[in-house]
Amino acid sequence: MRSIFELKNRSELKNTQREQHLFRLRLGVLAVLVLICFGILAGRFFYLQFLKYDHYQTLAESNRISLVPIVPNRGLILDRNGVVLAHNFFVYTLEITPSKVANVEDTINDIAKLIEVTSSDRKRFKKFRDQSHSFESVPLRAHLSEEEAALFAVNRYRFPGVEIRSRLFRHYPQGTLGSHLIGYIARINDVDLKTLGENDDLPNYKGTDHIGKSGIEQYYEHQLHGITGVQQVEIDADGHAVRVLSSTAPVPGDNLTLSIDSKLQDIAEKAFGTRRGALVALDPATGEILAYVSQPSFDPNLFVDGIDPDSWKGLNESQDKPLNNRPMRGVYPPGSTFKPFVALAGLENGKREPPFSIGDPGFYTLPGSSHQYRDWKPGGHGRVDVQRAITVSCDTFFYGLALDLGIDKLAAFANHFGFGRKSGIDIDGESPGLMPTPEWKARRWKQKWYPGETIITGIGQGYTLVTPLQLANATAILANNGVAARPHLVTRIQESGNGVIHPVPVQIVDRLELKQENIDLVKQGMMGVTQPGGTAASIGAGAPYLIAAKTGTAQVVGIKQGEKYNASAIDERHRDHALFIAYAPADAPKIALAVIVENGGHGGSAAGPIARQVMDYYLLGKEPTPAPDAAPAATTTTEPEPHD
Amino acid sequence: MIRVLLRRATAHFDQFLLGALIFTMLVALFVLYSASGQSMDRMLSQGVNIVVACCVLWVFANIPPQHLQRVAVPLYLLGILLLIGVFLFGDVSKGARRWLNLGVMRIQPSELMRIAMPMMLAWYFARREDSHRFSDYVIGALMLAVPVALIVKQPDLGTALLISASGFYVLFLAGLSWRLLIGLGITVAGLIPLVWPHLHDYQRRRIEILFDPYSDPLGAGYHTIQATIALGSGGLAGKGWLHGTQAQLDFLPERHTDFIFAVFGEEFGLLGDLLLLVLFSIIIARGMLITANAQNTFSRLLAGSITLTFFTYAFVNMGMVSGILPVVGVPLPLISYGGTSLVTLMIGFGILMSIQTHKKLVST
Repeated sequence: MRSIFELKNRSELKNTQREQHLFRLRLGVLAVLVLICFGILAGRFFYLQFLKYDHYQTLAESNRISLVPIVPNRGLILDRNGVVLAHNFFVYTLEITPSKVANVEDTINDIAKLIEVTSSDRKRFKKFRDQSHSFESVPLRAHLSEEEAALFAVNRYRFPGVEIRSRLFRHYPQGTLGSHLIGYIARINDVDLKTLGENDDLPNYKGTDHIGKSGIEQYYEHQLHGITGVQQVEIDADGHAVRVLSSTAPVPGDNLTLSIDSKLQDIAEKAFGTRRGALVALDPATGEILAYVSQPSFDPNLFVDGIDPDSWKGLNESQDKPLNNRPMRGVYPPGSTFKPFVALAGLENGKREPPFSIGDPGFYTLPGSSHQYRDWKPGGHGRVDVQRAITVSCDTFFYGLALDLGIDKLAAFANHFGFGRKSGIDIDGESPGLMPTPEWKARRWKQKWYPGETIITGIGQGYTLVTPLQLANATAILANNGVAARPHLVTRIQESGNGVIHPVPVQIVDRLELKQENIDLVKQGMMGVTQPGGTAASIGAGAPYLIAAKTGTAQVVGIKQGEKYNASAIDERHRDHALFIAYAPADAPKIALAVIVENGGHGGSAAGPIARQVMDYYLLGKEPTPAPDAAPAATTTTEPEPHD
Repeated sequence: MIRVLLRRATAHFDQFLLGALIFTMLVALFVLYSASGQSMDRMLSQGVNIVVACCVLWVFANIPPQHLQRVAVPLYLLGILLLIGVFLFGDVSKGARRWLNLGVMRIQPSELMRIAMPMMLAWYFARREDSHRFSDYVIGALMLAVPVALIVKQPDLGTALLISASGFYVLFLAGLSWRLLIGLGITVAGLIPLVWPHLHDYQRRRIEILFDPYSDPLGAGYHTIQATIALGSGGLAGKGWLHGTQAQLDFLPERHTDFIFAVFGEEFGLLGDLLLLVLFSIIIARGMLITANAQNTFSRLLAGSITLTFFTYAFVNMGMVSGILPVVGVPLPLISYGGTSLVTLMIGFGILMSIQTHKKLVST
């Protein structure tokens, strides 16, 4: 018994010993590896610290070889005719590196004895200083004159840690023109830094102080910025550059050409006068945006240099909301401008086939209900078919049509025209608007959908919300017979270095199969709008080209059943928004647009004339003659003004 | 009475190893003070880290290796689960998904894997002690590949490489045949051109920078350039504590964490660097001695892996700072500022001590 155990033990022991031996051998191999690796390190240290000591000693002695980033020129932004919308120029700035200065306050006071330092300069300096590291150079004064720069240069020895620098500044020569689309750049903040870090872009922004914050400047930041160069400079003990040793040139940012026509933009903006609103005009075939107006506007130059608190307060707190990018962020009920799309949906879905018509008594009621959905025209329009329903903007016709169609079909059809969807414009922050469905209501409000809501959706009221950009885009898709091109602003990107031009291709994003006779019928109805008998007959008067249009009114405050809308009795800011969509020439569309005048009242009289001026200039090159009275075309008719 | 208690409390400390560790960490405190721009706060906070880490060390030194062997599998599976959690729900910070928010705390599961990985492989090869077949190495490699792939995906190349190394050491010590090893080496070399296009841009840059740091002097190359200047200008005896110009004048980035060795080298020179290598060598030698004398396969493999992974950390970090290895985010063990890596490290050393001191109890 015992011997067997011993035998087994012995073989096990032998096995274990063999394994131990093998293991230790392996461990020995690894020990040699450790020795070799540490030997390599020791050798490297010996090389760096003993053999090349002199070399590195010299380098470190001053880190005299300082690496200075060379900030690339930011790309230009031009309009379609080459007019400069954003460019750069050099200015002298006076900058302080707080860590190199014994007492920053005293230094600033001493400087102020030499050159002017205003209290807002001091405030801004303090703000910037709080945001920067102590070893970073912080601007105290910008835009030094030659004299001031020279004066300081002579006295520089008195101010260690204070330097004059030549910096590139962004300038928007057109001022307030198109500021919402161009956007602006401003100083890089913590949020920007985080984003840059996440995209691994920080090295390329060494030396760069500004970054695109909105509009084209933001969307195309990557293209506009360029690639930072680097200069190896020898510096003296005070940190001043003595000699350039080598340098890699920066690659300037790309130049962007926009589809905007700045003259057209100017005419459109001026046409608004002091009124608030938005206009978007585009080329239906390509989606190129010709004018992009948001009124009132602001001067983007204010932001470049760091906006002073008073100006900021003025812009931010104004009840006119000049900073609001209305064309893509302002949402409004489309009102009757929605009707052509409802009509087309009815035709395409076979719910209304010519020669269908109704007799309009001036109101619509649901079967078994006493609630009257009123037409804007008391007494009604009489006999109305599809085409005339658009031309005279007959509410009753569209109440019934919407109900027959059903909200789901209507919403699905409207989606193809971009309602409830982002248009894909090359500016960040676009609102998708809202094309309501029962599912949306259940999700958002946890309530069921009522037939009455379908009915008022038919005339563009209720939950439906559109941006002016969406409305213009929908009009363009209609003008283009259902072919949807993505609206965009940048048409060409030009590399500054080698001049190579990359055209931005036209993107067709949707292609609706529509029956030509249906679309023709709707277009006929819209052409009728600017003819005698239409809701905007005055807009077509005297035009040498055909205009297809639709007027609209969006309620700001609800009117009770049986109450009458009385513009003069209502507070200005509670008046209806005026809407107008159009494309022209109606037989071969070159321009499609949407205009919204906030609290403007009726679409035809308030928004229509603006559209006409834009079309006249774009199609005929005709500039508007200054109106004798500054007030918007006031109508003197005693007839009930077409409210739609 | 107190003496008995004290003896019992310290029974599982390996005095020699503990002495070397504490000495190194004390040196590190001085370097940190200099590297952080003479910040007392930093130094104190690292002091707290050291105390916490030493407590963890004590706890692990008192856990017998058999217990570790028992929890190896669940720990590994938990680690995998958490890594998948990171992959699906992890918090993104600085472009990488490394943290998992558990509501009460945020954890970095790849740290857990540093311990769990060698434990798991050591467990596996200890179980199949008698006959290591080819298939065992394939299974071992698979157990290694899954967490490594998940960590590469985060992406955290540094940690992935080190966990790979820790697993590789177990395979190698378990007797991975030389022929297989050479075949593996050739395969890896052959895979480089295939993997290269799949690396992140920044990872590729770092390797390119290694060959020519001046190709991107403001970006990724900046670290390498400034670190070599710091080391080189340190010379034979260094510029003296608190007198490193590179470090004190803000030329060195990340100088209290991954690049702390550049500060050390600048201020203490070649002699200081060699002394640090000797110090590390002593720790590694002690670890190897413990490994060689360990009593069973599990302990042997685990101890060997822990010791050599420590070596790998030190080598990769010093290699990267001195410009012979690409810049990967690996701290210098025992020296760099940071609590997490220190605790993980001390868990390892705790296990080593446990393997060393629980031996006699088993053999009687």
